Amino acid sequence: MEGQIRIALAGNPNSGKTTLFNKLTGANQFVGNWPGVTVEKKEGKLIVDKDVVLTDLPGIYSLSPYTLEEVVARNYLIEENPDAILNIVDATNLERNLYLTTQLVELGIPVVIALNMMDLVKKAGDHINVKELSKQLGCKIVEISALKGDGVKEAAQAAIEAAQSGKTIPQHSFSGPVEHALAHIEEVTVHDLPEERQRWYAIKLFERDEKVMEGLKLSAETKAHIEKDIAAAEKEMDDDAESIITNERYVYIGQMLKGIYKKKGTGKLSISDKIDKIVTNRWLALPIFAIVMFLVYALSMGKSIADGGISIGTWLTDLTNDVLGEAWLTEGSRAILEGWGAAPWLVGLISDGILAGVGAVLGFVPQMLVLFLMLCLLEDCGYMARIAFIMDRIFRRFGLSGKSFIPMLVGTGCGIPGVMASRTIENERDRRMTIMTTTFMPCGAKMPIIGLIAGALFGGSTWIAVSAYFIGVAAIVLSGIMLKKTKMFAGDPAPFVMELPSYHLPAWGNVLRGTWERGWSFIKRAGTVIVISSIVIWFLTSFGVVNGHFGMVENLYEDDAIVTDEYVATVADRMDIPEDEVEPMDDSILARVAQPVSVVFKPLGFGDWKPTAATVTGLVAKEEVVANFGIMYAYDDQEGEEELEENGDQIWDRVAEDFNAFSNGHGRLAAFAFMIFNLLCAPCFAAIGAIKREMNSRKWTWFAIAYQCVFAWIAAFIVWQIGRVFAGGLSVVGLILALLLLGFVCWMLFRPYKESQKLTVK
Amino acid sequence: MKTLRDVRVGDTVKVVRLHGEGAVKRRIMDMGITKGVEVFVRKLAPLGDPVEINVRGYELSLRKADAEMIEVE
Repeated sequence: MEGQIRIALAGNPNSGKTTLFNKLTGANQFVGNWPGVTVEKKEGKLIVDKDVVLTDLPGIYSLSPYTLEEVVARNYLIEENPDAILNIVDATNLERNLYLTTQLVELGIPVVIALNMMDLVKKAGDHINVKELSKQLGCKIVEISALKGDGVKEAAQAAIEAAQSGKTIPQHSFSGPVEHALAHIEEVTVHDLPEERQRWYAIKLFERDEKVMEGLKLSAETKAHIEKDIAAAEKEMDDDAESIITNERYVYIGQMLKGIYKKKGTGKLSISDKIDKIVTNRWLALPIFAIVMFLVYALSMGKSIADGGISIGTWLTDLTNDVLGEAWLTEGSRAILEGWGAAPWLVGLISDGILAGVGAVLGFVPQMLVLFLMLCLLEDCGYMARIAFIMDRIFRRFGLSGKSFIPMLVGTGCGIPGVMASRTIENERDRRMTIMTTTFMPCGAKMPIIGLIAGALFGGSTWIAVSAYFIGVAAIVLSGIMLKKTKMFAGDPAPFVMELPSYHLPAWGNVLRGTWERGWSFIKRAGTVIVISSIVIWFLTSFGVVNGHFGMVENLYEDDAIVTDEYVATVADRMDIPEDEVEPMDDSILARVAQPVSVVFKPLGFGDWKPTAATVTGLVAKEEVVANFGIMYAYDDQEGEEELEENGDQIWDRVAEDFNAFSNGHGRLAAFAFMIFNLLCAPCFAAIGAIKREMNSRKWTWFAIAYQCVFAWIAAFIVWQIGRVFAGGLSVVGLILALLLLGFVCWMLFRPYKESQKLTVK
Repeated sequence: MKTLRDVRVGDTVKVVRLHGEGAVKRRIMDMGITKGVEVFVRKLAPLGDPVEINVRGYELSLRKADAEMIEVE
């Protein structure tokens, strides 16, 4: 906007940047995403001056073209051209923090440094001559404590003044050969660009930064020309251009700090070092990790307090579901609407469709908030980085991050917070892979499916539940290995060179704010997907054509003129059930569609309309699968029978009989294939909503869902077809196809690949 | 050639040169592992990889495979 001052906040990760941003902007924040990527973008108006917009750049160590965050940050600085940069520098980690500063000052934008954590430096007995440092760097330095809020206003004021003055900063020089090459490059390539920008471009061209080269559209001739200059400097310095620049920056910082930074040099271990000695100790690390993970799980997803567990999250979610979801939203709204005399279809749409969907979203929120609170705590105190350190060895083989452990663990409770927990993974590739595979873990809602299959066909064997977890883990491992070699994933490099930040007490303001932001973004983004799909499924199950009349099946069935005895006989015949078991739902669009769709599942052994309809309704919530079996196998709890058990105990016989019937006696195999498919295929709509939120891309969301469905189909197909070799009744064509698919999977697993070195994002 | 991978836990070494190229090398250098800097190898992760080092006054972890790119003396 006209007349507005724009300031960019830049700094290393763990430098207190988020704390400073919160202190400077308070509640005036807008959270979004940087265009086209999943990196979060935060902006806010300064408390001290509402006309100043502060943009929080991603935490970065450098302005290289290799990580998404760095590319996002430098694109913003170059293209949006903010009026000033407020660079937060961690005084306890001066050398590495100033490395970014040396790059920021080259952009030709005024820079002000907020020197954070000076209190800790003084406490350690070290001394930094801030005046001299300011003189050497040529920019204003304000000492602050972001945590306590000291000096924060002054830093903002200094940044505003710098923006108004527009004064850029004198830049340090590199060694002779480099400067010589830079001068040449400036002359032949960028002399028509704004003067203050020329040096930045020249340095990037010297580094052979491909993204900058592309952007400038240099002719081949010019490229060849500057290449000669670069090569000459490289030869003289005996190193590659990129390394020369990096090296010289650190050399420059080292020399500058010689007289400025005096370390007491006691060599005593800091508190953080002492904690780390225990927490990542060779022998204690894994047990401590297990305890922390147990607590995270037990408190958020575990057994509810009401049932004697310790989970606050589950307790609150149960409460929300029962009171808010069932009693108020669904039943309450129904009572009110019926009181107004609203048409039955409208009552159905609002109460069972929209509000039930809203209830489903809200029900998850408390559980999710408790989980996010703990994840934010782990992140803020510094333990999250240690998790990656401890688990990296295992997970990196599958293209995942050590931090993927948390989403997977949480996923055994519920896939939605599992997917949302992937947000702690910095690397975009690892994060996407985690999002795609997390829901393979059997979540709580899939347990009844497992219980039903185990009970109905396997005599309640516990091995079925064990195999479900095994299948989930195997699906993650196999998918990880296959996917990391595909074009979509092999594109970006994923170096694991990670800072292990010092431990510190969590800043509660940050933690609570982070918790709320994540929870709110779930309500907002995932909510829409869930509500819309709930309406669609409600429509499919409530409406249909009955004897030539379209409408709500339940209403139509009350009309004896439409539902004649002959008609009931035809439905019974079509559905292959006794006449007294014909239900309105048998005429719903879903039931009608399930019949033709079941063809898809024929090669998996359960190509019957009942398991098909159950699978489709599983998209609403996986609990619905068993509930639906109850309806389809005509278990009616209204006629004096007790309510259907969660595992569907009462219908076990009917399920077993039916599975054996349509699979020619291979009921067990068919049921197992059914279970595999339902465990691995697309998760419920709520989880799909979470996937969409975290992927922040339609393409990737569809890719994830399509992949899960195809993977589930192939897995069930292979099991059913090859299983029949041993069970008898094999189909030769099916077996050949299964072996071919198996071969394809093996090829995907074992084909060689090379890790990429280039970042493909612009 | 001795690399950072071969250094025993508890030893301090000086970086001579960085091998390799591209993203990983740049990242390693960006994090402050450059020619002439002293690196203290603090510990191995419980599963044997990655390693934790102290460089320029802070803690950094990197994989053994990447540590192989760093020539030390």
